[in-house]
Amino acid sequence: MNNIKSIRKDWDLIESLIRENSRVLDIGCGEGDLIQQLEKNLKAKVHGIEKSQDLALKGIAKGLNVTQGDAEKDLLQYSDHSFDYVILSQTLQAMIEPKKILKQLLRIGSKAIVSFPNFGHWKIRLQLLFKGKMPITDGLPYSWYDTPNIHFFTLKDFQNLCSEMNIVIENSIGLTNRGKQFKINGSLIPANIITNEAIFLLSYKDFEPIKLKSTNTIFTNNSAIAN
Amino acid sequence: MSNIELINDKNLDCSFAIFKDANLTLESGSILKNFKLAYKTFGSLNNNKSNAILVCHALTGDQYVSGHNPITGKDGWWSRMVGPNKPIDTNKFFVICSNVLGGCAGSTGPKEKENDEQNIYGGNFPSVTIKDIVSAQLKLLDALAIDQLFSVVGGSMGAMQALQWSIDFPERVQSIIHIAGALKHSAQNIAFHEVGRQAIMNDPNWHKGNYFENNSIPERGLSVARMIAHITYLSEDAMHRKFGRKLQSRDIISFGFDADFQIESYLRYQGRSFVERFDANSYLYLTRAMDYFDHSESYRKTLEFVNKQNNHLKYLVISFSSDWLFPTKENKEIVEILNSLSKNVSFLEIETDKGHDSFLLDEPDLDYAIKGFFESNFGKVNE
Repeated sequence: MNNIKSIRKDWDLIESLIRENSRVLDIGCGEGDLIQQLEKNLKAKVHGIEKSQDLALKGIAKGLNVTQGDAEKDLLQYSDHSFDYVILSQTLQAMIEPKKILKQLLRIGSKAIVSFPNFGHWKIRLQLLFKGKMPITDGLPYSWYDTPNIHFFTLKDFQNLCSEMNIVIENSIGLTNRGKQFKINGSLIPANIITNEAIFLLSYKDFEPIKLKSTNTIFTNNSAIAN
Repeated sequence: MSNIELINDKNLDCSFAIFKDANLTLESGSILKNFKLAYKTFGSLNNNKSNAILVCHALTGDQYVSGHNPITGKDGWWSRMVGPNKPIDTNKFFVICSNVLGGCAGSTGPKEKENDEQNIYGGNFPSVTIKDIVSAQLKLLDALAIDQLFSVVGGSMGAMQALQWSIDFPERVQSIIHIAGALKHSAQNIAFHEVGRQAIMNDPNWHKGNYFENNSIPERGLSVARMIAHITYLSEDAMHRKFGRKLQSRDIISFGFDADFQIESYLRYQGRSFVERFDANSYLYLTRAMDYFDHSESYRKTLEFVNKQNNHLKYLVISFSSDWLFPTKENKEIVEILNSLSKNVSFLEIETDKGHDSFLLDEPDLDYAIKGFFESNFGKVNE
């Protein structure tokens, strides 16, 4: 195998969550390196969205399907379940309406893969506790006034949101700040303390059809909660 | 039976494909018994004939996409894009460019003689549409024995042709690059065309299109039409940057109607030089062809219908941020439909103040996108 070597550790983990020959949409795909890796290694049929003209241009010049656009507006054009996986890597915290985006991911994709920096990591907690200032780390290197990250949340916050939205966490992997990976569920040490970066594989719960008394309309699967 | 003849014309430095008894049925129902297309090719076709790219010209373009244009005495209209080691590299690709049906650079159009007769078509030329233009191009490809085009690329009216190719003959094309076009010609665009046409038709020299018989040319009308159109190809920012309120060859205003301002002088020059190279009737017919272009209702259904034949197709749609003739929004409509159907589509909006004309001008990102798209996808297909 002449696999492309990933330039980011989390990309290999994302790849490990995806079946071969899948249809994959990467939101905020940059210059398309991750989707290029998935196309080559998994024979995936790949698409990307990228806001920046320069980065989208580079992806297009690699022969990838890249749509220059803004995820917060342009996800509507994709049809329901038109992809097997929709990836949102290190971007959720920069979205204006993360909850809406999460809904979109699972409308477009059968499964969603979301990775994000964990604000509950012990280094961040210590910085806030002892310095009394907004933490600056390798994963979150910006000052409070010029950060693109506008929604800070912890592993636990994200798990709670998933549960509130009836989203199933099929798999969750943590990365420590030294790049060690572990299963978030099976972790002996509280994961929210040691996880620097988290990667989640998500899908919707299969609902039993709900019969509404007033009409005979039957909602199946996610249709009742996607709206 | 139709018979086809391919000839080289040394004086005009181009080739002609002459189709006799071809009986080309046009969308209007009219039939062109005979027709010819003037075309040029660049580079060479490879052994498995997989490197052919059809370049479609815009409203006033011609077959002289690259190299020297003997009619204008200038470089071809996309010389900066097409040629050896250019973004569309003729060392690698075989480039074909033909003058559109209805045009005036040698292909059958209102300026040419009707069939074998001595009469010039003039106002009797049948209405042509973008679909007809593409049907004629297909005949040329057949004549050149090219089954598959690696790509069809064009800007503006050329983009319309590229889109039409992907709709009518998806099995003959592997990719299209659609630059600064739309699914339909908008009301505003039809309005500008209409003003241009009225300028021509109200010129007393027009004679209902039969001006050659009357030994006259509606130069004034045509030049006004060109001046109006030229405004729509620019943007306010670019016009301000280039001309502002600068005066032309004078220090003070004239309190009259001379070309006091540089922008006036520039437009007058554009109008004047245009009439030397373009036929007024062609301008009427081709602006009409653009006006009639409308896939806004049918595109989604057509794509669904020909789903299987176009799944292999790769689309690249490019718009320019300051283009108000074919704005980003209208280019994006195509992308949105393609994405909703999970087609292989890419979209790029290039930030520039140069307006609609950007596709003909020095835009490094445009070069990079086209070059990269062609070379990487050609590599994928021919691995």
